[in-house]
Amino acid sequence: MSITDTAPVAATRDERGRPVKKRREGANVWLSLLAWVVGILFVLPVVWMVLTSFHSEANAAQNPPAVLAPLTLEGYREFFSGGASPWPPLLNSLTASIISTLFVLLLSFPAAYALSIKPVKKWTDVLFFFLSTKMLPVVAGLLPLYLFAQNTGLLDNIWLLIVFYTAMNLPIAVWMMRSFLSEVPVEMLEAAAMDGANLTKTLRSVIAPVVMPGIAATALICFIFSWNELLFARVLTATVAETAPVFLTSFVTSQGLFLAQLCAAAFVVSLPVLVAGFAAQDKLVQGLSLGSVK
Amino acid sequence: MSRARLLPGTVTALLAVALAGCAGWGGGGGGSGGANSIDVLMVNNPQMIDLQRLTADHFTKQTGITVNFTVLPENDVRDKISQEFSSQAGQYDIASLSNFEIPIYAKSKWIAPLDGYVGADTAFDQADILKPMTQSLTADDGKLYGEPFYGESSFLMYRKDVLDAQGITMPAKPTWQQVADIAAQVDGKQPGMAGICLRGQPGWGQIFAPLTTVVNTFGGTWFDAGWNARVDAPEFRQATQFYVDLVRAHGETGAPQAGFTECLNNLIQGNVAMWYDATSAAGSLEAADSPVKGKIGYAAAPVVRTPASGWLYAWSWSIQQASEKKDNAWKFISWASSKQYEQLVGERIGWSSVPAGKRSSTYTNQEYLKVASAFAAPTRDAIAGADPRNPGVQPRPALGIQFVDIPEFTDLGTQASQYVSSAIAGQMSVTEALDRGQRLAEDVAERYKSRAEG
Repeated sequence: MSITDTAPVAATRDERGRPVKKRREGANVWLSLLAWVVGILFVLPVVWMVLTSFHSEANAAQNPPAVLAPLTLEGYREFFSGGASPWPPLLNSLTASIISTLFVLLLSFPAAYALSIKPVKKWTDVLFFFLSTKMLPVVAGLLPLYLFAQNTGLLDNIWLLIVFYTAMNLPIAVWMMRSFLSEVPVEMLEAAAMDGANLTKTLRSVIAPVVMPGIAATALICFIFSWNELLFARVLTATVAETAPVFLTSFVTSQGLFLAQLCAAAFVVSLPVLVAGFAAQDKLVQGLSLGSVK
Repeated sequence: MSRARLLPGTVTALLAVALAGCAGWGGGGGGSGGANSIDVLMVNNPQMIDLQRLTADHFTKQTGITVNFTVLPENDVRDKISQEFSSQAGQYDIASLSNFEIPIYAKSKWIAPLDGYVGADTAFDQADILKPMTQSLTADDGKLYGEPFYGESSFLMYRKDVLDAQGITMPAKPTWQQVADIAAQVDGKQPGMAGICLRGQPGWGQIFAPLTTVVNTFGGTWFDAGWNARVDAPEFRQATQFYVDLVRAHGETGAPQAGFTECLNNLIQGNVAMWYDATSAAGSLEAADSPVKGKIGYAAAPVVRTPASGWLYAWSWSIQQASEKKDNAWKFISWASSKQYEQLVGERIGWSSVPAGKRSSTYTNQEYLKVASAFAAPTRDAIAGADPRNPGVQPRPALGIQFVDIPEFTDLGTQASQYVSSAIAGQMSVTEALDRGQRLAEDVAERYKSRAEG
């Protein structure tokens, strides 16, 4: 699972063969230092959350914070064997995220194909129409959707969330997939056609391997968006289809301490995304830098 | 395989997945559709979490009724309940509502009257419920719409040891001036310990809970009987100025963000010597692992012009009108609000965790008094002395002590509280804060006046 990209080697001579001045190296050091500082700033809240999750409630609530307080598993014990079982909401989230991601991939791949490799007429308009649905604030559609769900008896049903998550992630996925597919060199497709490969064969043996990092990146983005979605889940579910983010909010109380428990819960809930991201790391680095075919 | 054969295959596979799936993973064996299960939506307070833990082994075992809970933090649960009940979606049979919502919801016929159930269920013993509780859960039509789970009033909590060290005795019924003087005397006498903790966090249920009781006893009110806004009246101003001055001079650090939880921590961790807040805090202060256990004294809510000024609040159970399982829902309420449940909590979890403040029998229970002797009598007296119909010096147009029982109050109180909180932070004068609050209150008053005339 290592990153396969080779790091750029700093040039010691310029194009005319003269040694590069030291000042450049100094600038590089500063730049990499800056990158590290920014990186650490981004990861710090997560580290803080993990640290707090191993503290006792009293220490977690202390101000100024008790960084070196003794560690305990109390928060996790409370999460797994406290009031309500965390498994139903975790399984609901997993169901909604995985199935909606599969739907998105199945629908966006052909759509992207029709927008890049064999573009339909006025494909730029189609692409824009896709994205225009993302310009509507989600909350604006909430009441109609709630009333629709109530009238069709679909409230508190995980399949309703799956349909919504699929619809919500589809435009982004089509855009991402299109940009990946459009990087497949035309020569490769022509060569495949010359060799007599049909569409399925071309898709499976020529296009798929090339755009795999792109598909992985798209899938992960869709999975993360569905996994973290709170607004719809909170409004449209009750006791049966409750998802993990809704369950997470239930640890917040206005009477009494809850920070350590909440951090433990938040860490457990973010684990699947972390694991998925880690597993797809090499694909992601290629995919997200939009250079999968270069 | 051609393109034409690929597509049906995919669709079939997807359909198979779809049909194999069920509605979701929650809801235990019965699921929310099961005849012998009920769904409960409730606030995440420690008493509710205890209830959730005890339900399966006791209620379900006795009655065979499975209970599915959704637990949410206070603001979220209010949103969710109003969404659920206003649309009468019927997903939940029972919700935890307070005496703020119950009369309003009853008027809209979103919740079911309980008189029939109460009459038939003699073991429940409605006469044992404290009178102000029953009163505040009864709507204008005279019917009862909720049963309290636990109730609270407000009182003054103080560190006996700290006051003793300064040779100060707290009067049993202090005035606000006496409290301010004591706060000044003990402020900073122990390292890092401020005089008093008062809520400064914005929110109609945060700062305006204690502050409205101060306004009441200073002779102020949000509205007079004729629906005239009185927020910029001298009494309201005087009370707010007093509150802001006290918390700025001798209050906790970070006062503009301090709510119930922050103040509780402050008193437990020895950062303040006194605290005026909910009587239900005493259970946490006297819990076995509390570092201030046994060091706290309890005095009545400080007054100025009224004989008492404690608030009245009760997290209660109501049944949704659209529920199809009202009989089972009542069985649950009858169990959760019963004397036997209090006994169960006392034995299983500890007597300081009992959901108290609703039944007079609680305050004659020797086992409870053994643990709660320090605060039991002050709590009972505070609740008994609360009058939700007449909390101040003038007649009021609506029910409520620390709130005005109209739907608009949540917005009005929360917006006005932002200004008062800014005044505590020193970003605005009290006069300016209340002038802005007055304009908001006038908008609300206008609607009620025109309704009264029309």
